[in-house]
Amino acid sequence: MTRMEGAGRGAAVVLFLLIVFVAIPVAIAETGRTDLYYTLSSVALLAIASGGVWLTFFIGRINIGQGAWALVGGYVSAILVTTAGISFWLSLPIAGLVCAALSVLVGLPILRLRGVYFAMVTLVLTEVARLAALALPVTGGAKGITNIPPPGPIGLFGLTIVPGFDTFAERNAAFYFLSVTMMTLCFAALWRLVHSRVGRLFAALRQNEELASSMGVNVPILRILAFAISSFLGGIGGAIFVAIAQSIYPSSFTVNDSVNFMLNCFLGGLGYVFGPMLGTLVLYFGWDLLFQTGEYQLLIYSGVMILLMLVLPNGLLSLRLPSRRAP
Amino acid sequence: MTQPIMTVRDLTKRYGGLTAVNEVSFDVQPNEILSVIGPNGAGKSTIFKLISSFVKPTRGEVRFQGEVISGLAPHIVARKGVVRTFQETTIFKGMTARDSVIVAHHLRSRASLAGFYVGTASARRDEEAFGRSADEILDFLGLGAVKNELASNLPQGNLRALGIAVGLAADPKVLLLDEPFAGMNIDETNQAVERVRAVRDRGVTCLLVEHDMAAVMKISDRILVINFGVKIAEGTPAEIRANDKVIEAYLGVEDESIGL
Repeated sequence: MTRMEGAGRGAAVVLFLLIVFVAIPVAIAETGRTDLYYTLSSVALLAIASGGVWLTFFIGRINIGQGAWALVGGYVSAILVTTAGISFWLSLPIAGLVCAALSVLVGLPILRLRGVYFAMVTLVLTEVARLAALALPVTGGAKGITNIPPPGPIGLFGLTIVPGFDTFAERNAAFYFLSVTMMTLCFAALWRLVHSRVGRLFAALRQNEELASSMGVNVPILRILAFAISSFLGGIGGAIFVAIAQSIYPSSFTVNDSVNFMLNCFLGGLGYVFGPMLGTLVLYFGWDLLFQTGEYQLLIYSGVMILLMLVLPNGLLSLRLPSRRAP
Repeated sequence: MTQPIMTVRDLTKRYGGLTAVNEVSFDVQPNEILSVIGPNGAGKSTIFKLISSFVKPTRGEVRFQGEVISGLAPHIVARKGVVRTFQETTIFKGMTARDSVIVAHHLRSRASLAGFYVGTASARRDEEAFGRSADEILDFLGLGAVKNELASNLPQGNLRALGIAVGLAADPKVLLLDEPFAGMNIDETNQAVERVRAVRDRGVTCLLVEHDMAAVMKISDRILVINFGVKIAEGTPAEIRANDKVIEAYLGVEDESIGL
């Protein structure tokens, strides 16, 4: 890495932080469009889940099962908060870890599959999660779990670091800051992962698992690791989503969401860590904009998606960042 | 006679009714170049897959330095020092030559994956050592000038050398080379022969599967001939050249064209 590149990257990070944490809140306050807080929180959380899917792409697996982990993470957090009375802040990492642990169990058999076979099984996974949520005794069936209390305060040594969310006049603003902070942290962690030796090994898996194992790389463990991190991100995203909505139903995350998580990655660019972030933003707002076209919404949307994949097979980021390819 | 570095005993692999490899036994001596030859479909490649443990034997065993390695996971076998190279199509296409070799140093890393993630001192030392070692290996195999090229852009000859470089990076004691001379002209073959000799001179025992008889005769210390999954001969190039069974196995092929 040259110093110029490093400086450019630093500037980009500062710009990103300024936009997300200063410019957008100021703009929303000026225009009074406080509904955007909710929309942008959604984008941030969907981006976190998409970031997980991106990581499974990075090891060469098409993952259409992230909706399952978002659902599991959401339910774990909701159940812990409502029935066990645990703080949301504690339930958040637990939700991620439960998803990671379950994904190890699920991943052990299914990560042996490749290509379309793996994709099909993950697609089924989302549906399995939905049916499990309908059937299990703790999930409340089709009625789901509602009236989930908002996150309480975080205190350390008697000092309140984050006040309870019910004390905010504009609760959605608090959720916005929570969501974008989590998104920033998750993507920073992903970036570091991909640019460390672990990332190189992941890339080696994507390109040739046999060759990697002939060099002594423990391929099954690394595949599981990537899948677990991916599911962890899905669970985290789902859990915060549920906290915002204060409710969760078996249909909160469906196959449709799983497919969208995957499309976000495609749209942003599979070669770029920050691809899923951009992809989620564009896809989310693109879909909303097309709402005005009424019955043609899906037609135009699908057409544009096909066109984009033909014209920009490496995603939107390939337009501006030809040298920023992940290894 | 020295202690063999690897012993293969009664190695057998059946695929349904087809016996690909049938009770093959042989020893590999330290620091020799041993070639496995035979007509197409004789079971040479299966023997390679069995030794590198990509395929589990139906019966029989492979011992490396006295320890049974057949049946272990491939990456464990590689860790013990038996490393397989592939034909040139099997590379990390999207990586540069140098990155491929650096990744292949995985086995030598002291730091844990978590250590590499947070960038501990030992991880940084590892990374530096891998970089230096990769440069040394690439120079050694004559790839120094192209090390920052994407592997997918390299010509075939360089790819073969890269395959060996990746194998060497894993610090093997025995290197299995899968048809290192296939599809090469005479000049390229001569260069490749020198390359394999140089690898052996680094103290790496080389086991080859090869079609190119002329090259095999030139390079091998000993040759193992397989036909229909059965070992039909074993010996020095001169002994193999004079072996009636071997000539019979290649019957229908003119003597000159197989270099006998």
